[in-house]
Amino acid sequence: MSNQVLSCENVTASYGAIQALHGVNLEVNEGEIVVVLGANGAGKTTTLRAICNMVATEGTVMLNGRDISKADTADIVNAGVAHVPQGRGTFAALTVLENLEVGAYTRTDDEVQSDIEMWFEKYPVLGERRTQAAGSLSGGEQQMLAVARAAMSRPTMMLLDEPSLGLAPLIIEDLFQTFAQLNKEQGTSMLLVEQNANLALEIADRGYLLETGEITGSGSAEELRNDPAVQAAYLGA
Amino acid sequence: MQLLLQRIFDGVSDGAVYASIAVALVLIFKATTLINFAQGEMAMFGAFFAYIFAVQSGILDFLGNQYLIIWVAAIIAMVLSAGVGITIERTLTRPFDPEDHLPVVLITLGLFLGINAIAGIIWNYQARVMPAMFPNGSDDKVVIFGARLFYDTIGTIVTLGVVLYILFIILNKTKMGLAFRAVSANVESARLVGVRTGRVLSFGWALASAFGALGAVIVAPRITLQPSMMAAIVIYAFAAAAVGGLDSVGGAAIGGMIVGLTKSLGNGYLGSWHFGLEHPPLEFLPATPLLIPVLILLAVLWFKPSGLFGTKRIERV
Repeated sequence: MSNQVLSCENVTASYGAIQALHGVNLEVNEGEIVVVLGANGAGKTTTLRAICNMVATEGTVMLNGRDISKADTADIVNAGVAHVPQGRGTFAALTVLENLEVGAYTRTDDEVQSDIEMWFEKYPVLGERRTQAAGSLSGGEQQMLAVARAAMSRPTMMLLDEPSLGLAPLIIEDLFQTFAQLNKEQGTSMLLVEQNANLALEIADRGYLLETGEITGSGSAEELRNDPAVQAAYLGA
Repeated sequence: MQLLLQRIFDGVSDGAVYASIAVALVLIFKATTLINFAQGEMAMFGAFFAYIFAVQSGILDFLGNQYLIIWVAAIIAMVLSAGVGITIERTLTRPFDPEDHLPVVLITLGLFLGINAIAGIIWNYQARVMPAMFPNGSDDKVVIFGARLFYDTIGTIVTLGVVLYILFIILNKTKMGLAFRAVSANVESARLVGVRTGRVLSFGWALASAFGALGAVIVAPRITLQPSMMAAIVIYAFAAAAVGGLDSVGGAAIGGMIVGLTKSLGNGYLGSWHFGLEHPPLEFLPATPLLIPVLILLAVLWFKPSGLFGTKRIERV
């Protein structure tokens, strides 16, 4: 078995009386992109929130061999997890530049500035608008900013919550290329939650199927692509 | 001309005090999206801290100079008030769900009554003379076109300017300030970049409490020191914060000036307005000019609900 970065063992989560996850088991190995496919309301977002301890959870979440199930969200981020929440979660009132600076909040090294410049080079539109409020950006630009901000913490593990939601196909493709690139160049492991199964399976190594709060299937990206049930449910075949 | 100038000076002098309390309100609003109804009472308590050190205990008498004594006492009071602010945040507001506003609003209302009562028990309601932070005798003034500009007014404005500048640096140039603004913009995202939101909230309460205490120490010599001293001031501070936009520090400072000026000018020019009646009901008279800032507030909220400098809430859905 290769080096495990993240694992969820029998994780349950609930919002008040409503249980959203009924014992989820999954793992992400070093350098892997793992996708969780599921319909609306299957518990995809809750799974990511449970990992960051932003919802009441039971069960064990391990990060690099350390139990983080009871850790504070800020500690989990400090330990190397970056979470791009659904709906982007950019700081609308802060400038583009400040969004990236605050993304590096946990860092103490002196390469923050060069990382910011690197992202401005990669997404020139962000560079041009560095002094504008993030709230004035378009949906696609905000998603770029959200991803760049998450990457600014130099995470070992990135959690991506439906990054394709509400974006134009070209922008989605560009974003997924960025994910693949980050994964390849910096070795960032990723847990990607998506409904857009086509693109997700293209960059993913493995995947899980999540239905009504339970993992109902798993396999390599190749296996999932060829699974008739997956094709019917997520690939529109 | 002389009268106009005089009223402007008076308005600016009051406005600076409203501004300091309004800025304190805004700081807590930015951190928690809540109005701290106890802000004025917390500031009053801070003024009593300064009084203890400067007058009651005589602990600072070795400093000799009366202004040095009150300034050192004011700084001690700001630090102690910051501690009180942190304690209140940790013990009374943090246990509650920040999304659920009602409990915390009720707590600040309770604090308003509680702090006032505690101050009454400790110091009773008798008015005390507070030493001034600036020379405030009847000769301590410059005369400009016949209008008296007191050193007290100049000192208050300069102090407010310096403290606002320091606040600006803290909020815009430090890591803690960035974290504070991030929490203010989006609490959940702030947690997701590793900000310890509890610490940031404490920081906001500390800043606000210190700032409010300074305002109370400055105003106390003018209106005498007693537990209910802030009642009239805090109303105008609320108005100032709302006029400026509840989430804008600069807006609160300008709002304070607007309220101070309209109150002073309204009082000056409309103070003898009799509603066209030959025998107006007496109880109306003193109240008329006080309505002006309230009317300004209404007008601003009517045409620009987010205040003059506040962030418009636009959310993509």
